[in-house]
Amino acid sequence: MARDFRLPDLGEGLTEAEIVKVLVREGEVIAEDAPLLEVETDKATVEIPSPMSGRVEKIHVEPNQTVKVGQVLVTFADAGAQTGTATPSGKQAADTLDPTRTLAPEPRTTVQDGRAHQAAPAATSPARPGPVPATPATRRRARELGVDLQAVRATGPGGRVTDDDVLAASGRVVRAPTTAPPRATRAEPVAPAAPGKPLATHVTEPPLPNFEQWGAVERQPLSHLRRTIAERMTLSATVIPHVTHFDRADITELDAIIQRNLETAKARGVTLTLTAFLLKAAALALGEHPTFNASLDAAAGQLIVKRYVHLGVAVATERGLIVPVLRDVDRKPVLDVARELGALAQRVRDGKATLDDLRGGSFTITNIGALGGTGAIPIINYPEVAILGVARARQEPVVREGRIEPRLLLPLSLTFDHRVADGADGARFASAIVRRLERPERLLADW
Amino acid sequence: MVMGDLVREVDVVVVGGGPGGYSAAFRCAELGLETVVVDAGKRLGGACLFEGCIPSKALLHVAAVLGEAERAKEFGVDFGPARVSLDPLRKWKSERVIGKLARGLASVAKAKGVEVIGGRGVFEDARTVRVEGDEPQALKFRHAIVATGSGPARLRGVEASDRVMDSTAALEVPEIPERLLVVGGGYIGLELGQVYAALGSAVTLVEMTDGLLPGADRDLVQWVARRVEKQFAAVRLNARLETLRETSGGVEATIGGAAATFDRVLVAVGRRPLTEGVGLETTRVKKDARGFVEIDARCATAEPRIFAVGDATGEPMLAHRAMRQGKVAAEAIAGRPAAFDNAVVPAVVFTDPEIAWCGLTETQAATEGRAVRVAKFQWAASGRAATLGRSDGVTKLIVDPESGRLLGAGIAGAGAGELIAEAALAVEAALLAEDLALTIHTHPTLSETLMEAAETLLRG
Repeated sequence: MARDFRLPDLGEGLTEAEIVKVLVREGEVIAEDAPLLEVETDKATVEIPSPMSGRVEKIHVEPNQTVKVGQVLVTFADAGAQTGTATPSGKQAADTLDPTRTLAPEPRTTVQDGRAHQAAPAATSPARPGPVPATPATRRRARELGVDLQAVRATGPGGRVTDDDVLAASGRVVRAPTTAPPRATRAEPVAPAAPGKPLATHVTEPPLPNFEQWGAVERQPLSHLRRTIAERMTLSATVIPHVTHFDRADITELDAIIQRNLETAKARGVTLTLTAFLLKAAALALGEHPTFNASLDAAAGQLIVKRYVHLGVAVATERGLIVPVLRDVDRKPVLDVARELGALAQRVRDGKATLDDLRGGSFTITNIGALGGTGAIPIINYPEVAILGVARARQEPVVREGRIEPRLLLPLSLTFDHRVADGADGARFASAIVRRLERPERLLADW
Repeated sequence: MVMGDLVREVDVVVVGGGPGGYSAAFRCAELGLETVVVDAGKRLGGACLFEGCIPSKALLHVAAVLGEAERAKEFGVDFGPARVSLDPLRKWKSERVIGKLARGLASVAKAKGVEVIGGRGVFEDARTVRVEGDEPQALKFRHAIVATGSGPARLRGVEASDRVMDSTAALEVPEIPERLLVVGGGYIGLELGQVYAALGSAVTLVEMTDGLLPGADRDLVQWVARRVEKQFAAVRLNARLETLRETSGGVEATIGGAAATFDRVLVAVGRRPLTEGVGLETTRVKKDARGFVEIDARCATAEPRIFAVGDATGEPMLAHRAMRQGKVAAEAIAGRPAAFDNAVVPAVVFTDPEIAWCGLTETQAATEGRAVRVAKFQWAASGRAATLGRSDGVTKLIVDPESGRLLGAGIAGAGAGELIAEAALAVEAALLAEDLALTIHTHPTLSETLMEAAETLLRG
């Protein structure tokens, strides 16, 4: 008898999760409670133990896939030794997660007013004597949002913590009271405001005005990826003091090399792109300027310099921005870099990237050239130190040896963490990249 | 487990079908968990419905009607001497009250898909409950909820018999004894003592401590103390029952060196948790010195898969605490961020007059050395109380002196058990005394006394 195991209700209003790892193989016989899958939700990564013992007949999911509550994850075939009956599908309980872990929300570190503090589960930490004055509904809301009532600033009469206090502490926007009915003057229906979840940005945002006073509005839910991007960008832009240095590289020669070798590369199954050379140039420049291949450990007061050069490349997908990572770019011939880049970008666009494809970057390049524009200041991919923005190369008149020549110029912007490096460091690092792009022989030395 | 035993796998096993157990089971079922209740009587309701809250309140209603009839003489209405027929009284209590409610619970269970299995549930390990009795089987669970409740505490050296009853036996009203000795001046002794006194028994109450309802605020207790002094043959405080001996003429009791004979004795010296013989020692569940199962705010025990609710988990042993705990445990099991974070567990003593309180008491504030402001409104000044002929009461608010926030309330008087609900909501919601004072209360009602008490805090 085959039995399906579905994604259990994860609690806290979570409706979907991302598969991080599948810890078993098809055909494997596993014991009850043995680790089955690792999933990542908006809140945490949790390991799901097997709800039953038996042989894994089929695994329906793969890493990086987003699954909904109730979706079939694994089908078990009886191993023979199994007693008892299967829990009917659809009645799978949250308790199939390890009860010791799922029931107590993981302590979450939140940053407020620049201070980091541990928000312990409200239910178990009576730090302040006696209960915090708040209505029962407010207290429940606080638990649901993972807000420690003890740490909430109370604005209610007699020191009562109000609903809005809890919402503010959770970083969720406080809804202004609706004073007038929405002016849905057009025939176009106004989308119902489906209950959204607050972003875990750890930043308290001021309340929004009631936009409906100026006209009809529509509330759209954020996708899982959109939420992740929003949270990470807020984190980076909030925590890191960004500074940007601009430069231009004359890639006339490099472009000629690329054009000359397109066919040769194609014969080897590789699409030669400027990005591959940018990656290689940046990787080599990082070797000279390791400060930019690092992460700041603010808590320890140390700079963590990485002895590897794994470069992230921003890839625009239909779902949103994804940054896959190429490993050890400094040690690979540019042709290999180009080959890997092509395969990686394809996996990402197909939604088939593995978690390893997306982790472990030490520096990021974002090339917006294909979409036009004259330049952009990207936000650093936290917790990296710097990001290189590349715009579209253009033919421009350049004075060389007293003569005006048309040259192909590539606008670059290097955005970096001013806590880690100063303007002069950035300028030197940027020109190290430019120098390599302008003398492409070295980039080609080993291909 | 014997080979060949049927092993059934369920999401949640609830051991005990009382208010804590059935509340938990119903909520589990609502949350999509396959849930079974193991109950020795194969019924839902527990001690509360079958031998506690409900039958005692039915009898107290009878006592109240008798009391009202007596009071009616004050305004010129005389019904003549009351005649009580025990058979119809018992039938009304067991069929029209208990039976009706029990059928209601059974149909709710059916509607929600909660199965009730008859038998004693005994833990074999942290994954299995063995059912002993009518429907023997083994239940393998993902989670279990211990809701085994409590039973009447016994007096050392005193054996129960026909004449020496515990509260369960007394609620059956086997007869109306001429002379009844009530041992224990807590809420059970007072409630049942008043029932029997109203039915015609000469009641002697003996209490070990220096006052009735130990722990409750004296200014509330005095109202019922005054009443029982008139109603009972004798109230003996600071007195200890020394011996109890059945004789041909009844039961001879020695109290403070003096012997007296009674037709029946009611032992009402409290309740104890029923956590023995449940197999909890085969799990990591921890119990305290008094036998209460130790739980956290989610009602989880030291054994991650096992939760516990109700009287088995400690004081106050009240059905409404158990019911809330049951819902918390169910939601925690379903992975929701539930917690028993209630500020108040209101308490009601259904005596005549009723005594009710919630939140902080004056006694507790004094013990903790906590500064409070206290406001009282005597029912002598209440219009509604006067029209009811029930000016015997007081409404009291206990307030935080700095914020004016309500910390507790106490009410003595007719219907105090209903009135306390408003105060409980106010304290639970952390309202200010001002909120009560500024809320319009219907006139003339007893609920106005809460507003009036709050207003006294705002004057000046």
